Amino acid sequence: MTPQSNPSAKSVPGADLETRDMMLNIGPAHPAMHGIIRIVARLDGERIQEADVEIGYLHRGFEKMAEVVDYNGVIPYADRLNYVSPLINNMGYCMAVEKLLGISVPERCHYVRVILSEISRVTDHLTCVGATAMELGAFTVFLYMIKAREYLWELVEMVTGARLTVTYCRVGGVKADLPEDFAQACRKAFEETRKVLAESDALLTRNRIFVDRMNGTGVISAEDAISYGITGPFLRSTGADYDVRKDCPYAVYDRLPFDVPVGSRGDNMDRYLVRMEEMEQSMRIVEAALRDIPPGSVLVNPETGRPIPAAEMVDLAKEGNIAAIAGGCAVVGPTLEGAGRAQHPSIAADEKRVSLPPKEDAYGNIEGLMQQFKLVMLGHGVRPPQGEVYFPVEGANGELGFYVVSDGAGNPYRVRVRPPCFAIMSALSKLITGDMMADIVPTFGSVNMIGGELDR
Amino acid sequence: MPNEPSFLTSRLDEAIGWARKFSIFQYPFITACCGMEYMATACSHYDVDRFGAGLPRFSPRQADVLFVVGTISHKLAPVLKRIHDQMADPKWVVAFGVCTCTGGFYDNYATVMGIDTIMPVDVYIPGCPPRPEMVLDGLIKLQNRIQEEHTAGKRPEPASRPPELDPESQKNGLEPELPKEGLEA
Amino acid sequence: MNTSSLISSVTDRFPEAVSASHTYRGDATLVLRPESLLEVARFLKQDPAFEMNFLMDLTAVDYSAFDKAPAPAFFASSGVAVRPSSQIPDEDPWPGPPEGTRFTVVYHFFSTAHKHRLRLVVPVEETAEEKPAEVDSLTDLWAGADWLEREVWDMFGIAFRGHPDLRRILMYEEFEGHPLRKDYPVKKRQPLIGPDN
Repeated sequence: MTPQSNPSAKSVPGADLETRDMMLNIGPAHPAMHGIIRIVARLDGERIQEADVEIGYLHRGFEKMAEVVDYNGVIPYADRLNYVSPLINNMGYCMAVEKLLGISVPERCHYVRVILSEISRVTDHLTCVGATAMELGAFTVFLYMIKAREYLWELVEMVTGARLTVTYCRVGGVKADLPEDFAQACRKAFEETRKVLAESDALLTRNRIFVDRMNGTGVISAEDAISYGITGPFLRSTGADYDVRKDCPYAVYDRLPFDVPVGSRGDNMDRYLVRMEEMEQSMRIVEAALRDIPPGSVLVNPETGRPIPAAEMVDLAKEGNIAAIAGGCAVVGPTLEGAGRAQHPSIAADEKRVSLPPKEDAYGNIEGLMQQFKLVMLGHGVRPPQGEVYFPVEGANGELGFYVVSDGAGNPYRVRVRPPCFAIMSALSKLITGDMMADIVPTFGSVNMIGGELDR
Repeated sequence: MPNEPSFLTSRLDEAIGWARKFSIFQYPFITACCGMEYMATACSHYDVDRFGAGLPRFSPRQADVLFVVGTISHKLAPVLKRIHDQMADPKWVVAFGVCTCTGGFYDNYATVMGIDTIMPVDVYIPGCPPRPEMVLDGLIKLQNRIQEEHTAGKRPEPASRPPELDPESQKNGLEPELPKEGLEA
Repeated sequence: MNTSSLISSVTDRFPEAVSASHTYRGDATLVLRPESLLEVARFLKQDPAFEMNFLMDLTAVDYSAFDKAPAPAFFASSGVAVRPSSQIPDEDPWPGPPEGTRFTVVYHFFSTAHKHRLRLVVPVEETAEEKPAEVDSLTDLWAGADWLEREVWDMFGIAFRGHPDLRRILMYEEFEGHPLRKDYPVKKRQPLIGPDN
């Protein structure tokens, strides 16, 4: 820290005094750092001359744990990577392992995964924009967006059983089908979300304070962003148009109509606008998918007829009254108990070595029991062939890639997550250098750093 | 007799306990996924402000309850300990989420297996992440402890529990006998 | 370019650099000799037919436990010993890890102009403890390689020649060892404070 004088302000009184740079530690326990980033900044007054970003405070050893548990057991760990959009991580990992296995899932399953991924993307953007607004002082917008997020989480809970850490996808399918009233509940939740987005837009987009703080701060050019490996809304705000769903489509994204918003200036305001528009586009995708989804959820098998509530069927069987249940089909709720026999073909791949059987088969006949045993018991399980694959999906922050190496055992040999916000954080020191210290807050908020994904 | 509890001092203690439990200044030390459920609890749907605990103070000097929310890694543990040490008495610690209670399922080289290895904990809220209703239940239990501390004059023992919940008194011979061998981790 | 022409273009241009190639499950993969990494990477970035402007991912794999004893189950002593076997047969099997070397450094490239992907696999010699395994750094070509290489150094102990600031990124400086190596036990903790649990 060498003493220096300010050469340009000769007419300001005191301009000939010596000044020194200050090292400021914006430590890991800081509210605006989302708890786990440490920035050691060298400041000249309020301007940042140099910044060193230190991460790793939430390193939980995902990649090491993935080598110790089996293929389906990695899914809860994958949930907790980008914990605001867990279904996208689920889907990415499962599709990577399915690519390694060389199997394909039924079409309805693709649609279900896409619907839930897009809902997850909306919750991610709501959290990001809400938290950024809160840190800039707009606490009301945060409350509104969390309210909208609650509606969406109730929707996710209706399908998967959990609000946040869902563990919904499986290798070879999903856990259970959509419940019957899903489309209606979804419509209602989206109506509330759109109201909230309209209100937040009215409060923020032309707000003098918000615009002054977000315009022109945290600027990065498209070439620099690509050189750092930045993808997702961050890259699209700089003008480069790259979205994995459009450029390398997977699942059924090539059949669904949606636009990808692209900004131009690469500053925080553009990122906010890109995210707001992406939420609208995600809702559009879900609505289109609900229209086009192939039918699948048939609770009664038309060939065998007679639906019987599952609890009643079990009681009759225990009494020995087999005649009453012969030819009947158990009716269970698709989410709590898992897939019923009639729904099973539409949500799980027809591959005995990968998909769990429907519950009626697991309890009812020996083939189902064997299939269940071979997949669930220790020492057995899903066994992909030896190989390596890389599969990218569009996460909420950018390209989320899974690189899976298998040596033929029941545990993955190596699972590597390509975390989208790692690339963005590596550019953070460049983004904040030259700006004032108060500009760290909106810049860091628009990075949408999710610790679980950054540090894994 | 200044040390004997008199009517006035015990009423005063109760009043202080009541005031302290309904004006909790929390320091939310948020790291991971539980932070999302913390946000949900603090916001409109499951409003924690109606319990008086709605104002987070982001400085340990101004806070009295440390909510440790989310996994604590060994890299972050010294920072957490320093934050805890910087808080003034009386202070309480809430372990929010199973990663802070026992380490969760991250049993590996990087994670602290429960923050009670490095600091005393008052209320454990398990769950991965806990539903907001569980968080509010934990908050009410914390409030009971705060009240008890001030009327009884000392912090309640962490291992004490009402007799009906005591596992020793619940054995009635119907639990299955698990084999002793073959279950080493 | 499709996967086979990607591979053939690079192999024709650098015949002595490429030691193997495959397209397992449609991913174009080239196995390179470590000396020629920088040259090939520069070619991939600058050649107009490739234009790989994205270094998507940079990681490493430790093949020392490959195809050996089955990975221990997390809840061990289950008593079930099953050898690794490939249950879903493959008409076009994977050639396997590169012979003789312990580590490979894996690079994934992507081009936004041509929308093609390529994977480079660079086998790295395992040397003695004092002198870590070394590969050339790509920080001159892609700025994102900086942190990615620091992570590989942290987790595997593979050093990068020419990296401006190679230090640990996810673990703390006092940590000894490299956690993602196969010989580092999962539960071996080195706490800074607190008991050794």
